[in-house]
Amino acid sequence: MALLQIAEPGLSAAPHEHRLAVGIDLGTTNSLVATVRNGISTVLNDIEGCALLPSVVRYTADGSVQVGHAAQAVQSEDPQNTIVSVKRFMGRGLKDVGEVGNLPYRFVDAPGMLQLRTVSGAKSPVEVSAEILKVLRERAELSLGGELVGAVITVPAYFDDAQRQATKDAARLAGLNVLRLLNEPTAAAIAYGLDNAAEGVYAVFDLGGGTFDISILRLSKGVFEVLSTNGDSALGGDDFDHRIYCWMLENGGISALSAHDTRLLLTNARTAKEQLTEYPQAKITAILGGGDLVDLTLKREAFYDMTQNLVARTLQATRRALRDAKLKVEDIKGVVMVGGSTRMPQVQHAVGEFFGQAPLNNLDPDKVVALGAAIQANVLAGNRSADEWLLLDVIPLSLGIETMGGLVEKIIPRNSTIPNARAQEFTTYKDGQTAMSIHVVQGERELVSDCRSLAKFELRGIPPMVAGSARIRVTFQVDADGLLSVSAREMASGTEAGIVVKPSYGLSDEEITRMLQDSTRHARDDMVARALRELQTEAAQLLEAVGNALQEDGDALLDEVSQARIRSSMDALREVLERDDQQTIKRAVEALNSASTEFAQLRMDKSVKHALAGHKLSELED
Amino acid sequence: MTISLTENAAKHVQNFLAKRGKGVGLRLGVRTSGCSGMAYKLEFADAVDSEDLKFVSNGVTVLVDQHSLPYIDGMELDYTREGLNEGFKFNNPNVKDACGCGESFKV
Repeated sequence: MALLQIAEPGLSAAPHEHRLAVGIDLGTTNSLVATVRNGISTVLNDIEGCALLPSVVRYTADGSVQVGHAAQAVQSEDPQNTIVSVKRFMGRGLKDVGEVGNLPYRFVDAPGMLQLRTVSGAKSPVEVSAEILKVLRERAELSLGGELVGAVITVPAYFDDAQRQATKDAARLAGLNVLRLLNEPTAAAIAYGLDNAAEGVYAVFDLGGGTFDISILRLSKGVFEVLSTNGDSALGGDDFDHRIYCWMLENGGISALSAHDTRLLLTNARTAKEQLTEYPQAKITAILGGGDLVDLTLKREAFYDMTQNLVARTLQATRRALRDAKLKVEDIKGVVMVGGSTRMPQVQHAVGEFFGQAPLNNLDPDKVVALGAAIQANVLAGNRSADEWLLLDVIPLSLGIETMGGLVEKIIPRNSTIPNARAQEFTTYKDGQTAMSIHVVQGERELVSDCRSLAKFELRGIPPMVAGSARIRVTFQVDADGLLSVSAREMASGTEAGIVVKPSYGLSDEEITRMLQDSTRHARDDMVARALRELQTEAAQLLEAVGNALQEDGDALLDEVSQARIRSSMDALREVLERDDQQTIKRAVEALNSASTEFAQLRMDKSVKHALAGHKLSELED
Repeated sequence: MTISLTENAAKHVQNFLAKRGKGVGLRLGVRTSGCSGMAYKLEFADAVDSEDLKFVSNGVTVLVDQHSLPYIDGMELDYTREGLNEGFKFNNPNVKDACGCGESFKV
């Protein structure tokens, strides 16, 4: 029979409806998958008991794909087809990736995102990442005994919209339903339960294999906000290995090494580094290709000395992050350690000294991001009661569309929590209108010109109808990552069009604040402006309707004098239409209305006659 | 009337409860649903209800509501590993017929 897990009180799943959800740390060097089982967040191991899956993908000539350790093992033999650190290329064009020359790959410039040419064809970073995610998904489904309902995938806090979208696309390609993307430092903070802790500012210090990131987060009302990030994309555990390697060359009197020997010594350096975390000294022995023996002993103090400036560089970046957040060291309530390299005692010590407090380090720093993502996935999948925490975000500025006259119709008001979806119906403005332009805007002001334009698209294929009778449903949906999708659907024919935008993209807090202040300051002006625009739109519609009627029935129903009178009222209205004067426009509208009343009456009689012609009275009596 | 846990199952439950940081024990039960009649309920228990029957097996408190007991009386709960998957297994002597995966059953 199936193996069951213990659920939270009252939340047992129905048979075959287990809400299996995972958290995935899609890392530059290694990736992991974790889930909440029996109330505890746990990393899922592969069949060999390994938690870390090297983020390495190899394409072979026969079309098969190797992922993880198998691919890593042949990395140096088949560098062009073995993709490492693909995360650096996610959502990037060729011009965004600076040091292309040093990499063994054959890049292909493609619109939006670069591609890598391999023996089995050009692959985009999205496809490569999807291979890694597929392996993790399979591992999770085997471990949990069923299909996943979804996954939370972590991304660096500094990832922009294109990089986030690329990550989502990779997940979709791997057959994963993305519950949401979560910032890596936020995931680490969640793993430590900081979301249940007192409100305040926290620092997340993430020193991985090849990258260093420091993030300053503020927790308020259960929501983590990233105040600043800093770091060094070329500083990590590998640099510490390299220092030991150089020390070995100097002290062992070794020179002119083969590629194989270099690799051997670097592996030894890494082992020594890991030993020094536990022991005061490490013995390094290796036999080189030429038969020479390396036999050295590295003391902890010597290791600390040679890596001092590497540690100092992390602290410099930390200082910059604090400065950007306009905070002092004393403002930091807690420090979270992430990344395997934070195990090194000199790093722990330096961070503790810098912040004047012991950092949080009792969770495995390699796993902490995945563990936090799993906790979030468990909540989003509905395995925790609703009154427990959920990371809430709000929409900073209202979202809406442009309507006739350059006015804004707000569809999702500001401060609505996300995810969120709202729909509203609109109609056509002209007779026989077959297309409608949807202009998505953001802001609190009444006029489109005072708001920020986000996107424009067209709904075509509306069946021709009288103005005002088409029903077009416009739906705004903001997902948990703040991505906005807008769709418009003509209800009779089902014709649909849509677009995806990220509303907060490119807007700083100051800009948002300014836009909000403007809206209160101009509230009265906006009201007047709206009334004027509405009147102008109404007047233009009247001109159009009367003009059409004259063309159709003018000669048949009216003499020349009456026609001329109506035309002159129309000209008078046209002349004042663009003026910013409500009273004048209103008077001109009234004049045209009264000038055309008789004509309207005649047309009405004519159409009634037309409708009744050929019918007997008895037919109409029921 | 007995409900029991194997030593291995008890060890795991105690570990889970300790890490969860709250809870008085396990709640076992059945409810009507699923493809073959009844389905098991396996939850953490935060409080004892007046309707509950209480069993202690290998140091773990197991709560069962009176309506559920006839369906699971004599059951032994085990914790096993099958490939990468691991979890609790219900050895229920009352089961006459179960669906393919054993998640729901008939007595």
